[in-house]
Amino acid sequence: MSAGPPAAPVGARLPRLEDPRLVSGRGCFVDDLQLPGMLHLDILRSPHAHARIHAIDAAAARALPGVAAVYTGTGLAQFLRVLPSAGGMEGFNAPEHHALAIERVRFVGEGVAAVLATDRYVARDARELIRVSYEVLPAVADPEAALAPDAPLLHEALGTNRAFEMRIGSDVREALERAAHVVRGRFVNQRIVPNTMETRGAVAHFEPWDERLTVWLSTQAPHLMRREFARFLAFPEHRLRVIAPDVGGAFGAKNNPYAEELLAAALALKHRAPVKWIEERQEHMLVTSHARAQTVELHAGVREDGTLLALHYRLVADMGAYYHAITHIGPMMTAALMTGAYRIPYAATDIVSVFTNTTPTDPYRGFGRAEAAYFIERTMDLIARELGLDAVELRRRNLIRRDEFPFATPTGHVHESGDFQLCLERALERFDYEGARREQARLRATGRCIGIGLTTHAWRAGFPSVPGGKGYVISGWEKTSVSIDPGGTVRAVIGTSPHGQGIVTTTAQIVAGELRIAPRDVRIIHGDTDAVTQGNGTMGSRSLVVGGSATLLAARQLRDKAVRLAAHLLRVPAERVTLEAGVFSDCGDPARRVTLAAVAAHAFAGPQDLPEGLEPGLEATAFFEAPNFTSCFGTHACVVEVEPQTGEVRILRYVAVDDIGRAINPMIVEGQLHGGLAQGIGQALMEEASYDAAGQPLAASFLDYATPRATDLPRFEVELTETPSTVNPLGARGIGEAGTVAAPPAVVNAVLDALAPLGVRHLDMPLTPHKVWRAIREADA
Amino acid sequence: MTDKQRVCVTVNGRRYERWVEPRLTLVDFLRHELHLGGTHVGCEHGICGLCTVLIDGRSGRSCLTLAVQVDGAEVTTIESLRDPSTGALHPIQQAFVDAHGLQCGFCTPGFIMTTVELLRENPDPSDEEIKRALDGNLCRCTGYQSILASVRLAARRLREGREA
Repeated sequence: MSAGPPAAPVGARLPRLEDPRLVSGRGCFVDDLQLPGMLHLDILRSPHAHARIHAIDAAAARALPGVAAVYTGTGLAQFLRVLPSAGGMEGFNAPEHHALAIERVRFVGEGVAAVLATDRYVARDARELIRVSYEVLPAVADPEAALAPDAPLLHEALGTNRAFEMRIGSDVREALERAAHVVRGRFVNQRIVPNTMETRGAVAHFEPWDERLTVWLSTQAPHLMRREFARFLAFPEHRLRVIAPDVGGAFGAKNNPYAEELLAAALALKHRAPVKWIEERQEHMLVTSHARAQTVELHAGVREDGTLLALHYRLVADMGAYYHAITHIGPMMTAALMTGAYRIPYAATDIVSVFTNTTPTDPYRGFGRAEAAYFIERTMDLIARELGLDAVELRRRNLIRRDEFPFATPTGHVHESGDFQLCLERALERFDYEGARREQARLRATGRCIGIGLTTHAWRAGFPSVPGGKGYVISGWEKTSVSIDPGGTVRAVIGTSPHGQGIVTTTAQIVAGELRIAPRDVRIIHGDTDAVTQGNGTMGSRSLVVGGSATLLAARQLRDKAVRLAAHLLRVPAERVTLEAGVFSDCGDPARRVTLAAVAAHAFAGPQDLPEGLEPGLEATAFFEAPNFTSCFGTHACVVEVEPQTGEVRILRYVAVDDIGRAINPMIVEGQLHGGLAQGIGQALMEEASYDAAGQPLAASFLDYATPRATDLPRFEVELTETPSTVNPLGARGIGEAGTVAAPPAVVNAVLDALAPLGVRHLDMPLTPHKVWRAIREADA
Repeated sequence: MTDKQRVCVTVNGRRYERWVEPRLTLVDFLRHELHLGGTHVGCEHGICGLCTVLIDGRSGRSCLTLAVQVDGAEVTTIESLRDPSTGALHPIQQAFVDAHGLQCGFCTPGFIMTTVELLRENPDPSDEEIKRALDGNLCRCTGYQSILASVRLAARRLREGREA
C-alpha cells in the first residue's frame, strides 16, 4: 500500500481506474476470446414478419466443408426447453418462445436455422445455402391494429393478441367528472433500439474433466444469466460459470437470456467444443430487445386554480412478438410513476399489453420511468397551454413540497424524500428563465422560431425485491465482500456488473474512504460468478445506490475489526485508535502506530495473539437491500430553434440540474448525465425503429437508424444538488437514467413551444426535419 | 471460398507476410490473424467508426477494407500508441483518461485513432473542427462532451510538449 492518499476519496473527481487498459486497446471483450477448436454459430433469420414454415432444406449447407452442423427449431426442440421469459406471471397470456422458430415465424429476424462451422465466414456461407419455404401470413405491426377483432392472430393457441390487461391506481371517474377542466391528449413514446456499441456475443466452453460449463457473455447480470442458463439447459447451476468480461454498453438490453446465447451454450455442451456467437449490427437492430413502444390516451382533470385533481391513462404497450425477460414490467412501472413529481390525488392507468409482429421489447435506459416522465411532462405543457398558464407556474402549483415526504401516490409509489423545488429554482436561476422568455419574445419579433421547454421530472432507482414475485425474478439486494490479505492487498468483490458506469472507481473510492487509503490500492473484482458468488447485476441505476451501500457497510465492518486488532497491537482501548493514510495510531501518543498492512498480516499470523473472541483473517461481507426505491429528481430546461424552411431543430442551450443525493465522483456523475442526455435527445429528435404495415422494419442499419453524433448535440450545462436519500446509508440517488428520463419531454416541449405561434399543437417523437416541416406546412394550409 | 492471396503489410512498424482469403476484412485480419484485438467492430457497414485505423497515415474503416487491399501499406492501430519502452500512455490516451473521454471504452480506440490524424493535421482545432473530425465515430455512452474535452486537452498538451 502506498502512502499519501488524497484527503477525501469520496467526492473527488478521480480519473477512472478502468481507463488505462481501455484506452490502450487492451480491454477484453467477448469477441477477443479465441479458444482452440472453436466453432462459430450463425443464425439464419426470417425475412418475413409472419409466415408458416413449410420446409427447410439444409442439405447444401451441411455439405459445405467446415460446417459441423445445421439445426432447425424442430430439431432443437428434441433436446432444448422453451426460452425463459415473463410468461410465468399469473393471469398473463404466455406464448411459447423457442430458441429457433417452430412451424411459424412471428417477426422479421426471428431465428429459423443455426449453423455451426469452423470459421465465421464459412458459417455465413452455409447460412446463405439454406433454403426455407415459407407461406407468408398477414402481419400486424401496430398495437392498436392488433387489438382489432379481425386482426391476424400471432399466437393462435392464445386466441387473442392481448398479452395482459391490468389496472393500476385509484378510482378516477368521479374526480374527472367534478374537475373544472378536463384536458385530453394522446402521446406516443416510440419504439427505439438500444444500439450498444458492442453488439451482443457469447463464447461457451464445456470442460469434460470437471463437467463444468463456462459462458463468457456480454451481459449486465452474470448471476441472473447463470440461473437462467442452468434452467434452460437443465444443467446444474453449481457447475455453470458465467463471466461478463469487458462489456461495451448494455443500457438494459443485455439483461435478457437471448436465444443465440443460450444456443451457443447448448451447442457447446452437445458438441463438446467451444462455441462463439457474435451479433452483427443488423442482427442487433432486428433481434436485441427494442424499447419504449408505449402510447397513452389521457384525461387530466384540473381545478380552477390550475392544480391537478385526477389523471387517467389508457396505456397500450407493445410487447413485440414474444416476451423477453421483463417486458411486462415496463408498462407497470410507467403506471406506477404516472403522476411524476406532482400531487395528483386521483390517478389510474388501464394497461393493455399487446403482441405484434415485431421485435420483442424489454428494458432500455429509463425503462418505464422515461415513458412515465414523457407522458406527464408533456401533459403538464398541454394543460399549461389549454389553461393559458406559464409552464413553470403550473409546475410550481403542483409539485410535491419538501415537507410532504414521504409522499404516497395513488398508483402505489412512495417518494421517499426529495426537494423538487430546489432543483427547479436552481435550474431557473442558472437558465435565467425570465431572461430567456424575454429573449424568445425579442427573437420571435424578428421572425425566428424559438422555443423553451422544461421538465420537473421525478423517477426512481435501485428497486427493492418484489414480495412473491413470479416469473423472471430480480432481487433487490446487493452484496460486497471487502478483504485485506496478509500481503496488504485490499479487495472488494462486488455483485454488480459494471460496463461503463465507472463503478470500479467509485467502489474503490468508497472503500478507500473508509480505510483511509488511496483508491488505486483497492482491487475490485466483478462479473465472474466463480469469483463473485452472488449478485444481481447492474441495471435500473442500482449499482451505486444499492451496491455502493453494500460496499460501504462491508468496508465499515472491516474497518471496525481492523481497529480492534490495531488497538490490541497498540495495547490501547479501541476508542483511542485513529486511522489516517493507512496507518493506525494512538490518539494519546501519535508516535505509537501500526500500519493497516501490518494489522492485516497480524490477522492471518495465527490465533495465538488476537483479542479475545476475534477470528483470524480480515474480511467482511455485507448484503444491502433498500426498503424502497430511491427517489430521483431534477429540472431540465432548454432552448431550441426551429428552421421553418427545413424543419430542422437545433438545441441552443440545455441546462440540467439533478439531485444526486451524494456524489462519490462528480466527474463520473456528470458523464452519466451527459450520456443519458444524448440518448434522450436521440429519442426526441432522431431515433425510431419503425415498421411498415406488413411488419417490415424500416430502420435496420446505422444507415437508416439515426443515433446522435457529435455534431447533433449541444453543450450540456450540468449542475448537481445533494439532498441525501433516506433509504440507503450512502444517501445516494441514482443518476444513470436521468438523461433519458428528462431530455425527451424537455426537448419536445421546447419544439412545440417554438411551433405554437405557427399553430402546431402536437407532434410525436422523433421530431425529424421532415415531420416538423410537414407539420408547419399543414398548420399553414 | 477462393484461393488465398499473399499480403505483405507493415503493422505498427512490424512486417507481416500472410496468405489470406481475398474476402477477409482488414479488421478481422488484424484481430484474428495478428491478434491485435484493440481495433473493434461496431457495425460492419462503415458507419460507426469503431474500426478506424491509419492506413499509410490516413484514417480508414478497417471493416470496409479488405486485408488484400493493404498489401504494401503501413497500418497503425491503437496498440502502437503507448511508449514501448516505458509503457506510458500517449498524450491523447492520457487526455481521454483525464477528461473522462470514455465510459464502456468499446468505441474509444476508434476515437483515439481519428484524433491522432486530426491533431497531426491541425494541432489547434476549434470545437467545430473537432466535432466535424469526430463526426464519423459513434459513441453511445458519453454524449461526446467529454470526448471533445479530451481532444482539446490532448491538443493543448501536444502543443505545449512541442514548444517545451
